[in-house]
Amino acid sequence: MIPRYQKVLFVLLLVASLAMAAELWHLRQRAHQRLLAGQDSAPTRAPEVAPDEPATLVVASDLDGSLTPQARSLPLPSDPEARARVLLGNLLDLYAATGAAHPVPGGTSGIAQVFLMPLPAEPAPASPSTNPPPAVAAQNAQDSGPRLAVVNFTGSFAASHPSGIETESLTIQSICATLRANLPRVAQVRFLVDGQPRNTLAGHADLTRTYLTADSVLTSGAADTATSPAQSQNP
Amino acid sequence: MLPAPAHSQSAQVPPAPSAPRFVIVLDAAHGGADSGAALGDGQQEKAVTLALSVRLRSLLAARGLTVVTTRESDIDLDAGQRAAIANHANAQVCLVLHATQSGSGVHLFTSSLAPVRAARFLPWKTAQAAFVARSLSLAGMLNSTVLHAGFNVTLARVSLPGLDSLACPAVAVELAPRRGSDNSILAQPDDSQYQAQVASALVDAIFAWRSEAPQP
Repeated sequence: MIPRYQKVLFVLLLVASLAMAAELWHLRQRAHQRLLAGQDSAPTRAPEVAPDEPATLVVASDLDGSLTPQARSLPLPSDPEARARVLLGNLLDLYAATGAAHPVPGGTSGIAQVFLMPLPAEPAPASPSTNPPPAVAAQNAQDSGPRLAVVNFTGSFAASHPSGIETESLTIQSICATLRANLPRVAQVRFLVDGQPRNTLAGHADLTRTYLTADSVLTSGAADTATSPAQSQNP
Repeated sequence: MLPAPAHSQSAQVPPAPSAPRFVIVLDAAHGGADSGAALGDGQQEKAVTLALSVRLRSLLAARGLTVVTTRESDIDLDAGQRAAIANHANAQVCLVLHATQSGSGVHLFTSSLAPVRAARFLPWKTAQAAFVARSLSLAGMLNSTVLHAGFNVTLARVSLPGLDSLACPAVAVELAPRRGSDNSILAQPDDSQYQAQVASALVDAIFAWRSEAPQP
């Protein structure tokens, strides 16, 4: 014989369970509705057809280890980060083409993102009568100062990149030189793979360091090579 | 620079200070789990660099030089261990050996570090900065000799982790396929005859640099 208080307790627990299940289902529905509403209210922009602009792609060649600037006319967005990504995507498309002098598979999809970040500004000489407050001056300097570009490669691009000191260095240097040629405020470049720091691109070129775009000296013809662009000589 | 023959010293005359040993470090890149680049004919870079290292060691030792190699078999070594071996050898020449399928001929790389004045203690990761000038001189000698031997040569400066830690005149030598004028491959980096020709040119360059460059 089940005592009466146990029957009451069982009924109460059953009712509570059903009520909680109903509330859970209700909350789930509300969350779903919120998600759909959020998607609907996401800002969307109609695709813009950017006008063609002159651009310079600095193209590498494995045969002589050279970097050669090539003038192009490309539809470039106005946003600097998107602009940098389009430029580098076009550069990698050249490398992915059949018969490329610097063959690297992947093309545009090898660049996941390009971020541009302000570098710390040099302190300006003090002149209290005309200078804005330090915070404003620092903000102004950051807005117009040099930038650090962070280029995020996809893992598949790094995995399929040919391995070798020369070929990896040429990829890095041509990217730095292309950024410098088109976005002169980009003074430094760092590289990530799938958003993470990585020791080398494909076993050789150092990805842990910051590259200075000023070092990307071109070597089409005679040039005084500072850092990596190579000088090739035939016997 | 030849050492005085010990047997010619008489008992009364104090022995002349012997010439410092001329030590060469050969670093066959990659090894063990790190197989390096996949070369065109299925060879792995680690095997080609080891073969070239063994060939160079034999040639140099046969001509009386002291050779230290970072590895003699297929073992794992990180950049720090390689630099430790090279730096403890107090070498006059360090060659870091690589191989690749891209490009042609012999690629010579020196560190892109800015030169600094030599000091008693050097930062481990940038020790090569104190030797950049002599490394460039060594690369110039390698360039002219290898070029004279009939190979394409590409000279450049790079940031290479293993190279930047070396406290000796250091050049990374990357062996690429030998190509004809139509870009066709005449010899792969693992071709023993091709390797022998390149190794011979490198040895000649080391001897020329030893006799011409002022040693500290």
